[in-house]
Amino acid sequence: MSQVLEQGRDRFLALAARVPGGGALDALRAEGVAAFTAQGLPGTRLEEWRYTNVAPLAAIEWSDAAEHLSVARSALEAVASPVFACGLEVFVDGVHHAELDGTQRADQVQELADAATAPAALATLADAKRHPFVALNGALTRDGAAVSLDGDDQRAVHLVFAEASADVASHPRVVIETAPGARGTVIVDHVSLGLARHYSNAVIEVRVAENASLDVVVLQRTNDASFHTGHLAARVERNGRLRTHTLSLGGCFVRNDLEVTLAGEGAECVMNGLYLGTGDQLIDNHTWVDHAVPHGRSEELYKGVLGGRSKGVFRGRVMVRPDAQKTDARQSNPNLLLADGAEIDTKPQLEIYADDVKCSHGSTIGRLDPESLFYLRSRGIGVEAARLLLTRGFAAEVLNALPEPALAETLGAVFADRLERSGGVA
Amino acid sequence: MLEIKNLHATAGDAEILKGIDLSIGAGEVHAIMGPNGSGKSTLAGVLAGRPAFAVTEGSIRYKGEDLLELEPEKRALAGIFLAFQYPVEIPGVTNNYFLKASLNAIRTARGEEEVDAMDFLTLVKEKMKIVEMPQDLMGRSINEGFSGGEKKRNEILQMLLLEPSFMVLDETDSGLDIDALRVVANGVNHLRGPERSMLVITHYQRLLDYIVPDVVHVLSEGRIVRSGGKELAHELEEKGYGWIEGASAP
Ligand SMILES: Nc1ncnc2c1ncn2[C@@H]1O[C@H](COP(=O)(O)OP(=O)(O)OP(=O)(O)O)[C@@H](O)[C@H]1O
Ligand SMILES: [Mg+2]
Repeated sequence: MSQVLEQGRDRFLALAARVPGGGALDALRAEGVAAFTAQGLPGTRLEEWRYTNVAPLAAIEWSDAAEHLSVARSALEAVASPVFACGLEVFVDGVHHAELDGTQRADQVQELADAATAPAALATLADAKRHPFVALNGALTRDGAAVSLDGDDQRAVHLVFAEASADVASHPRVVIETAPGARGTVIVDHVSLGLARHYSNAVIEVRVAENASLDVVVLQRTNDASFHTGHLAARVERNGRLRTHTLSLGGCFVRNDLEVTLAGEGAECVMNGLYLGTGDQLIDNHTWVDHAVPHGRSEELYKGVLGGRSKGVFRGRVMVRPDAQKTDARQSNPNLLLADGAEIDTKPQLEIYADDVKCSHGSTIGRLDPESLFYLRSRGIGVEAARLLLTRGFAAEVLNALPEPALAETLGAVFADRLERSGGVA
Repeated sequence: MLEIKNLHATAGDAEILKGIDLSIGAGEVHAIMGPNGSGKSTLAGVLAGRPAFAVTEGSIRYKGEDLLELEPEKRALAGIFLAFQYPVEIPGVTNNYFLKASLNAIRTARGEEEVDAMDFLTLVKEKMKIVEMPQDLMGRSINEGFSGGEKKRNEILQMLLLEPSFMVLDETDSGLDIDALRVVANGVNHLRGPERSMLVITHYQRLLDYIVPDVVHVLSEGRIVRSGGKELAHELEEKGYGWIEGASAP
């Protein structure tokens, strides 16, 4: 391990020693410390981290949440719109801010720090031994939310993780459990209050029960100086349906891991992703869907837009185990490069051990189509507006698949705004 | 209105237009016919500012201005409209959004107020009726999955909305059935007037029964080899292009 990674590891471990103990998270923290001590921060010699060097993250001296900041509701609503007030739960610098919460049903969302006992799924899906940042999250998490969906509640649960203080790292933990047949939507929303540099390292564990149907939206729209690592691990039981939407629309360093196990026959998972790279940003998406049993269906669409000197990484692993006959797995990763300095490393990885399956994958790297550009311009639309329109059009498929129309509209605007601000379309 | 002088244009290394002279007055309709590959779409593209073509010699003046100086969008704002031979499909951008953005860009350039969503809807409904276009095409992505005929109607719809003063129709009749042809021609004729001029590119004299031209030109190998009245189109239909090429040979 390089010196900077070692230093980073030691600083994180020093912070872990200061996390106040007591409560339902103790076991998680102990396990996290042990696993993180063993692994440290990953170097680029590891296959999983080949394209993503975490040294810039390791070089910064992160601290944990200081004061309980006073945050105005209007400030929060400005960065986390559209706010789904019915199920709103707000954390600032990793700590729960009850005064900003909405009116969620008490039995639907609970803060982990207050829980008498840990939720059943906690630490059962995200594997700290295999993933250094999952271990780090376990070691340092202060709080997070346990969401349990048991009915047919159409109101979205909106978990906002806002970062405000300079050089603070927070490690939110989310556990989502569904009862058989339940349906619902959970939005995990990473935002910045202000322009200070910060780091969020989130872990989300999701259990989709038999016949349940769940949408999980992970939004990352933090400021240009921020770092983010996120890990979502899910398990889908018989005839359950999970749709994930992973949108990376901010930050300077972003790494998302998504691991879905289709554990019951007829389970289905749709993985949508959209990433927008600007400036010198790095955005890395590693996904893994594990078809463990027959008749599973997975459909993955990650779309990337890379401008400036940004770099994208996509690694889509699809595993079809010997038992998983009649699997239908599709994967697609189209990328749009807006500038000569932008780059994308995209690689599917299919591991198919069953013979009666349908699997397809495709990744493309393209530029804005000159003919389309000319068409729009020939109708009086200026060249920059036309480029923006085409780029938004490219992203529309993912945005339109979001579970709430209001989300699609706002995030379309966030996408366009960031693109325009960065000069990425010029 | 439009004055083309000794126009030469290239695509890549190939010279495609080899000296075109053409003058179109206000209110006039000119037709251009000519064999495949003779340069008709190239001429249309050069007029609209298609970046793939470079003008190497000659000039185009439009309403007294140097057209070649203008970016494609500025030409549109100045009243030039090209109905594409192959309208482009653009996924993810609704036809509705596109047409409204386009109309408002052009209205702003004309010093008119932008239209709001409601007024736009009323306006677009009225124009859609003229081209007999189904309403649901507005909510779909631009031309995506449109049939050939629907794409052509969409071009004419745009033309009706934008009310340009110089229109180039590049084979708008190709691929249309008889009824659609009448509908599209009807749409085009809606815009005919003393202040508007048109250049109609077609392979078929049939269209010219509906949109009656003042002058017909024959383009061959990048040059206008013959010009005449509308009866020239009939003659071509009967005798084919060989007749012209033969006639124009020394
Ligand atoms: N971008 C380009 N690069 C190279 N050659 C081109 C390009 N565009 C057109 N050409 C060539 O220029 C010639 C004229 O093409 P153009 O499309 O203008 O013909 P046209 O008269 O419109 O034919 P059609 O009746 O088939 O539509 C053709 O030989 C064509 O292959
Ligand atoms: Mg042509």
